[in-house]
Amino acid sequence: MSVLVFAETSEGKFKKSNFEATSYGKKVAEQLGTNIVVLTINSSEPTQLYKYGAEKVLNVLNDNLKTFNAKVYADVIKQAAEKESAQVIIVDSSANGLYLAPIVAVDLNAGYASNVVALPSSVSPFTIKRKTFSNKAFNNTQITTEIKVIGLAKNSYGLHENEVSGTLEEFSPSLIESTLISQSVEQTTGKVTIADADIVVSGGRGLKGPENWGIIEDLAAVLGAATACSKPVSDLGWRPHSEHVGQTGKPVAANLYIAIGISGAIQHLAGVNSSKVKVVINTDPEAPFFKAADYGIVGDAFEVVPKLIEKLKEFKANNA
Amino acid sequence: MKILVCISHVPDTTSKINFTENDSKFDTNGVQFVINPFDEFALTRAMWFKEKQGATVTVVNVGTITSEPTLRKALAIGADNAIRVNTEATDGFAVAKELAEVVKNGGYDLILAGRESIDYNGEMVPGMLATILDYNFVNACIQLDIDGDKATVSREIDGGKEVLTSNLPLIIAGQKGLVEEKDLRIPNMRGIMMARKKPLTVVEPINSTPATSIVSFEKQAAKSACKIVDADNVEELISLLHNEAKVI
Ligand SMILES: Cc1cc2nc3c(=O)[nH]c(=O)nc-3n(C[C@H](O)[C@H](O)[C@H](O)COP(=O)(O)OP(=O)(O)OC[C@H]3O[C@@H](n4cnc5c(N)ncnc54)[C@H](O)[C@@H]3O)c2cc1C
Repeated sequence: MSVLVFAETSEGKFKKSNFEATSYGKKVAEQLGTNIVVLTINSSEPTQLYKYGAEKVLNVLNDNLKTFNAKVYADVIKQAAEKESAQVIIVDSSANGLYLAPIVAVDLNAGYASNVVALPSSVSPFTIKRKTFSNKAFNNTQITTEIKVIGLAKNSYGLHENEVSGTLEEFSPSLIESTLISQSVEQTTGKVTIADADIVVSGGRGLKGPENWGIIEDLAAVLGAATACSKPVSDLGWRPHSEHVGQTGKPVAANLYIAIGISGAIQHLAGVNSSKVKVVINTDPEAPFFKAADYGIVGDAFEVVPKLIEKLKEFKANNA
Repeated sequence: MKILVCISHVPDTTSKINFTENDSKFDTNGVQFVINPFDEFALTRAMWFKEKQGATVTVVNVGTITSEPTLRKALAIGADNAIRVNTEATDGFAVAKELAEVVKNGGYDLILAGRESIDYNGEMVPGMLATILDYNFVNACIQLDIDGDKATVSREIDGGKEVLTSNLPLIIAGQKGLVEEKDLRIPNMRGIMMARKKPLTVVEPINSTPATSIVSFEKQAAKSACKIVDADNVEELISLLHNEAKVI
């Protein structure tokens, strides 16, 4: 019996969400009185996982797995789960994690709970808390199958260091064929993505036009943040669709979400509410976002944001 | 081409979310139900194939009689016929198994679904359905073209996109980008009249065993009031974010 965590790599490297899933997996293993195994593919730094409690790391080194294929990856996870008699399988909520998890669940005839935000409140029956109704509520779900798949919501558990002297094992699964063929991958390089960002700076229709986005980008640059926008902004073509956040856009579960010139409509909030700290800058003191935010400034973005950028630069220089 | 569009019947996004029976059930009182917004992208793309390339479009829902108005709406938008699998949808795995029966009995070339439903946000049914059927599957789909029996599909990845190719049959889970928002269809009077005459078939479930069950719901904890900082004092905001919230 074991808990298996899948830690995806990007060019051999881990992301924060892999360490978060490992931290979480270690704790679930403790709750179950069993050990944790972390499966990773083509990792150049597998032993980094020891710091977060990975007692055993299975590293698959195979050039045929350089390009992600959900079905093939899911089958690798299945083989690892069978080899390690995994009872619980944990994936993070990256685009690939969300793609894989339901496939793994069917492959293992397992119940799957996505959007999980906390450790199991009970392991028998196995009960787990999930976000639901687009972040307006939570539900407690029992997984009734013998094997369980958990999709951990981003930034919901955090990183917990728990150094162990782990073991590293090379794992050579057999690879199934796939007729779904990847033709190309386009990746925006050098920019912080919304999925990975700790801080997100987002602009709404209050910015009046794409020509005014410089202040959003400058603020994001000082903070090392990703940029985002409300739905009408991307519908109007001021910003790319990939920046649209909210219920029908990308979810944001950042540590800090700064909303500038965004009213805070319920559909927008639904997708950004899981962020830990929310700041709103809006001319209208009645804007609904003030009810959802932790900190707010009633003011004109075109005056407030440049001042904020200047003062943040000073702050960063003094706190470097 | 035979297309199946999976339609989830969900509370309208502005609905107040309340629970009854000791927080064990969603309170549908006064709630308006709609076609799941992600499924609308899928349905609109299906209509495009029907009109431009020739296809029949079937919509399907696993649910009780209460979801029939939602299926009628999909018919009014232009789907040719509808199927309702007569059982309550309580668990994604069970729903996927029911849908797999519908697919097996209907022989569809293309199955379009939404990335997730905005009620339970499972993001699991399309991937499970594809795996049960052993069909190719693309998640978070933002573009789909079909040429003969070949599909070219784009999916959103973290910080970019991937282009893939597949033969049919294929299952995709769509989102914004699959069609432009401005192209989303709303039923017109003629569509509504015609929808009344279109077939809506009720099929009995295979009663697959669910793998999960919801035991209780909780609302978000009440939030403390927003601290308002003076617009002339942005230093205070920086200090609060640094010292109090500890996020910068
Ligand atoms: C089914 C459905 C799904 C949806 N999904 C999403 C979604 O995923 N994401 C999303 O964002 N929306 C979504 N919406 C749309 C949502 O309802 C709102 O229309 C949208 O969020 C409003 O965007 P906004 O706040 O940028 O614009 P507006 O509503 O126009 O608000 C602009 C704000 O800017 C302020 N402002 C104006 N000038 C200034 C200035 N100089 N300085 C500072 N503030 C200023 C105004 O006071 C106002 O509050 C959805 C709607 C539906 C029906």
